[in-house]
Parts: sequence; C-alpha cells; structure tokens
Amino acid sequence: MKIWAIFKKEMRLYFTSPVAWVVLTIFLFIAGYFFSSIFSFFSQASIQSAMNPAMGRELNVTDSVMRPLFSNISVILLLLMPLVTMRLFAEERRAGTIELLLTFPVRDGAVLAGKYLAALALYAIMIGLTVLYPVIVVYFARLEWGPVLTGYLGLLLMGATFIAVGVFASSLTENQIVAAVTTFGVLLIFWILGWSADYAGGTAGRLLQFLSILEHNDSFSKGVLDTKDILYYVNFTVLALFLTSRSLEARRWKG
Amino acid sequence: MIEVDRLTKNYGLVAAIRDVSFSVSPGQIVGFLGPNGAGKSTTMRILACFMPATSGVARVAGYDVFRQSMEVRRRIGYLPENVPLYTDMRVAPYLDFVAEVKGVGRAERRRRVADVMDRCMVADVQNRLIGKLSKGYRQRVGLAQAIVNDPEVLILDEPTIGLDPKQITEIRSLIKSLAGQHTVILSTHILPEVSMVCGAVIIINNGAIVAQGPIDTLVEQFFPTSRLEVEIVGPPPAVRDQIRAIPGVLSVQDQAPANGAARYTVEAARGRDVRAEIFQLAAQQRWELLELKRVGMTLEEVFIRVVAGEESEEGSAEKSAEKSAGEPAP
Ligand SMILES: Nc1ncnc2c1ncn2[C@@H]1O[C@H](COP(=O)(O)OP(=O)(O)OP(=O)(O)O)[C@@H](O)[C@H]1O
Ligand SMILES: [Mg+2]
Repeated sequence: MKIWAIFKKEMRLYFTSPVAWVVLTIFLFIAGYFFSSIFSFFSQASIQSAMNPAMGRELNVTDSVMRPLFSNISVILLLLMPLVTMRLFAEERRAGTIELLLTFPVRDGAVLAGKYLAALALYAIMIGLTVLYPVIVVYFARLEWGPVLTGYLGLLLMGATFIAVGVFASSLTENQIVAAVTTFGVLLIFWILGWSADYAGGTAGRLLQFLSILEHNDSFSKGVLDTKDILYYVNFTVLALFLTSRSLEARRWKG
Repeated sequence: MIEVDRLTKNYGLVAAIRDVSFSVSPGQIVGFLGPNGAGKSTTMRILACFMPATSGVARVAGYDVFRQSMEVRRRIGYLPENVPLYTDMRVAPYLDFVAEVKGVGRAERRRRVADVMDRCMVADVQNRLIGKLSKGYRQRVGLAQAIVNDPEVLILDEPTIGLDPKQITEIRSLIKSLAGQHTVILSTHILPEVSMVCGAVIIINNGAIVAQGPIDTLVEQFFPTSRLEVEIVGPPPAVRDQIRAIPGVLSVQDQAPANGAARYTVEAARGRDVRAEIFQLAAQQRWELLELKRVGMTLEEVFIRVVAGEESEEGSAEKSAEKSAGEPAP
C-alpha cells in the first residue's frame, strides 16, 4: 500500500530527526509533573478525609485525579501538537522534496493520509505512555476504568482534530513557524470560544459552546459518551482534511 | 515516447514557455539545452506531472500528463533540478521508500535497491544520513531514486551538475547505458556532454524552441560547409586565388601573416575534402605547407548561433557568421 509507504517514511523522519524524541520527552516530563502534583494533593486530601469522614464522600479518584489530569494534558497538547504537525507539508515545500513526492505514482489523498496517520500514530504513542498514570493510581486506590477509557477516547478524538488542523496549516505555507503559529492560533480560538459562551448567553452562547473544542472534551472524562461530541471532532477533522486536499490541489496549479 | 504539442505555461503574467512542441522517439537520449531561464525546468516539471500546463498537450509513454497522470508517473523517473532529498533519512531506507512508493514489490525491492546503489556508486554510503553527504553523492542518490523502478522514461534536470570529472564520466556512461530500453530527456549547460551522450538535441530560448534534431543534422543545417585551416609560406594573393580555384572551395580568407607564412581559412562544400588538392597545389608551386587542419563545427557553435541570433536562422552560410558568433545573448 502506498499509504503505508508514506506512513513509514514519515515515522522514520520523526524518529531519525530529534523531533519525536524531544516532543515525547517534554510531553512526558510535563504530564508527569502534573500527575505527581495532582496525585500528591489527592493523597494528602484523602489522609485528611480519613480523619474527617464527612469530607470523604466527595473524594473520588475519577473526579479528583483523572479529570484534572486529562484537562492538563489537553493544555500541553494545545501547545505541543502544532510542533508535531508543522513539518508535514511545509518542510517538503521548503526543501523542494514535494516536487518528487507529488510526481511519484501516488495520489495526493494517499500522501495526505499517510502523513496524517503518522502524526496520529506519534500522538497515540504520546498519550499511550500516559496510561502509566492510571496504572499507578490503581496501585493505591480504587479506580473506575470506564471514565478512564472514555477519557482517552476523548483525548484521541481531540488530538485527531488538532492534527488535522495542523496538517491543513502546514499545507498552506513553506514556513514551519508560520504553520505552527497558525495551528496554535486556530486551536486557541476554538478553545477560548467556550469561555465567552457564559457572557454571551442565549442562542449565541449555545452556539459558541457548541463550537468550543474544550467543551466537547469534558463529557468524555466524566465517562459520558455523547454522539454529539464524537461527531463534532469527526466533522472538524474531516473538514480540515478536506481543506488540506483542496489546498494541495490549488498549490499544484500554482506550480 | 514523449510528444509535446504547443505547450504553454504562465506563472501569473510571466510566460515561462510558449507553444513548445517537440517529440522524442523511444530509446533516444535527447539533450535539452537553453540559457538560464529559458524554460527547461518548467517544461520538465510539466512532463513529470508536477504541475499542469496552462495550455497545450504533453504525452509521455502514450499517456496524457494531465488526464492520465498516474499512468505517466508509473513510467517515469524524475530528477528535479536541485535534487530535493530527505536530509534526515539514510540512503538505503530512502531508496527503499522510493521503490515502495513507485510500486516495486517487497521481494524485488531489496534486489533493485542494491542494484541501483551499485550502478550509481552510493553503496558505500548507504547507511549515512543524506543530509551529511557531499553534493556529488546527493546527486548520485537523486539519480538512483530516478532509476530505481526501471522506468521507461527518464527526465533528468541537470544530472551532472556538481560532480567531479571522474563522476561525470561515470554518470555519463551510466546514462548512455540506459539508451535503447529507456528514453531519456536531460537538460544541461555542458555542451560537450550533449555531443557525447545525446543523439539529438532540443534548444529552447526565451520559452520557445529554436532548434531541434540530431546533432549532425543540426550542425549541417546551420553550417552547411566544412572548414579548413591552412598555413602556407607563399605569395598571399596567388595562394588565395589558386586555392579558390579548386573545385568545391567556396571561400578563402586570409588571416594575419606571421614570419612569411600566412594562415587561410578555407570553406568547402560539406562532404568535399579538398585537403589532398591543397597539398598537391602547394607541392606544384613549391610553396611550403606548414599546417593543414580540419576545423569541425560543433554543437557549441550551433547553440551560440541560435541563441545569440535567432534572426539569422534562415541565412545560415553567411561568411560573417563566425564573427557574429560572439557572446550568448543575455
Ligand atoms: N515558480 C515560479 N514562479 C514564477 N516564475 C517562475 C517560476 N519558476 C520559473 N519561473 C520563471 O520561468 C522562466 C523559466 O524558468 P525555468 O526554471 O524553466 O528555466 P531553466 O531553463 O530551467 O533555467 P536554468 O538553466 O537556470 O535552470 C524564468 O523566467 C523563471 O523566472
Ligand atoms: Mg532549470
């Protein structure tokens, strides 16, 4: 399969250059820092609650460890994912390698799919490694796996959207920095839309809330699967990838 | 094998090529020549299906480069001008990737990659990062990726630029060895290379084709005479007139005399060898014949002439030709 060939090439490029290693290291370091501070706060709180049973009712691992962790991880992703995707098309264009890539007997769609899936795979490795944290939690406390699973599904869907936006931005420019900043800007706008929803209120507020990337992730970490949220991410991803394929085609005509 | 019909490409308002038409028959190696900015790379990019033309048709291996681009791409090997390669990949995995994308099966791939690494002399650097290779080695990796799927048609944009003289010779013989089963179109600025490697040339200037055909035919077309240089000690007017009288001689011009001898440039009809007669004449007249040399007209002179003075295309045999053939036009 041509997609598989492109996928392997992108993975190779991620790992022979320092990109993947640096991203993985920084991500795990920061996520680990968040986890350890959340978890130590939680264990102190549970020691206190052991002495004061009235408080104990409110302590639940899902709500006090996993949900804050997921929401912290999504902030790290907001900052890191643009750096994972910025290279994908911009660098090919800058280095001119796109000229060979687009003259190989492979459809633009397959090139796009291979690149997208490679970034998604690197992302899956990133969040896959964080499974270590719930495993540590299980060692000390009783954990409901349901919300953890849906939480990870939520992260995966949100990451898939981030990557699609990043790939699109990367296809628009030959400058990696421009690609990264554009991705970050677009994601941030969709991120903070939810904040203003509270002031706006009414229909406008509901619309803003509906568009917000963050709002849709909340229910996943509570253990709730809502098709509305899943469709939001899927549609967002598909739209961004569709725009990418148009942009590739338009670029071809420009020469 | 390659048919190009009235191809035009505009970049915005700039026309890079205008109504370019030519054809290359199967198994041929054709040199694509022209000064900087003439439109060589533009034409090759269109042939390689990298970008569509503004108007006109191009067919490669019988398929339209625009409408049947996937069929064309399966059958070509392309080496772009600046040899863009993934600097963060190693040589062997890179070639393996290219072979896979070009549809070479898993079993055959290892063999083909090893084969092209041998032929392009990059086997000794196969585990090095491409970004750490010297320019010449990168050039060879570029060539290796072009031929890795054994394509019917090769489109090579300045394949020998940046190579050392030994490598140039090796790459040239590699390209030559492709003739027959492969059709090659290559652009270059090294004119002697074209005469060595290519059977035919296409010359493009300012986006338009100004000459095309087999090299010998072109030389004949632009310089339909053969030329001799003669150095004789003897009375110049008599020497000139007597040589002029030899049948077939078209003109005799004398150059600055030096220590009693004078040099003459003799033009004769092509295919007419008057050297023996000049020798006889000198012997009869007891003139001393110091030098008698045939001066071949080369592709270089054709190139300079068509590029410098497109206006003199029809009147090709004027005697002033060699004087006007100075610098190439900007
Ligand atoms: N991407 C582009 N955008 C705008 N103009 C371009 C572009 N590429 C080439 N041109 C113009 O088209 C013309 C032909 O360029 P091309 O690269 O085909 O020349 P060339 O014959 O390959 O020259 P060289 O010998 O320098 O490689 C030039 O005038 C060039 O400035
Ligand atoms: Mg060029």
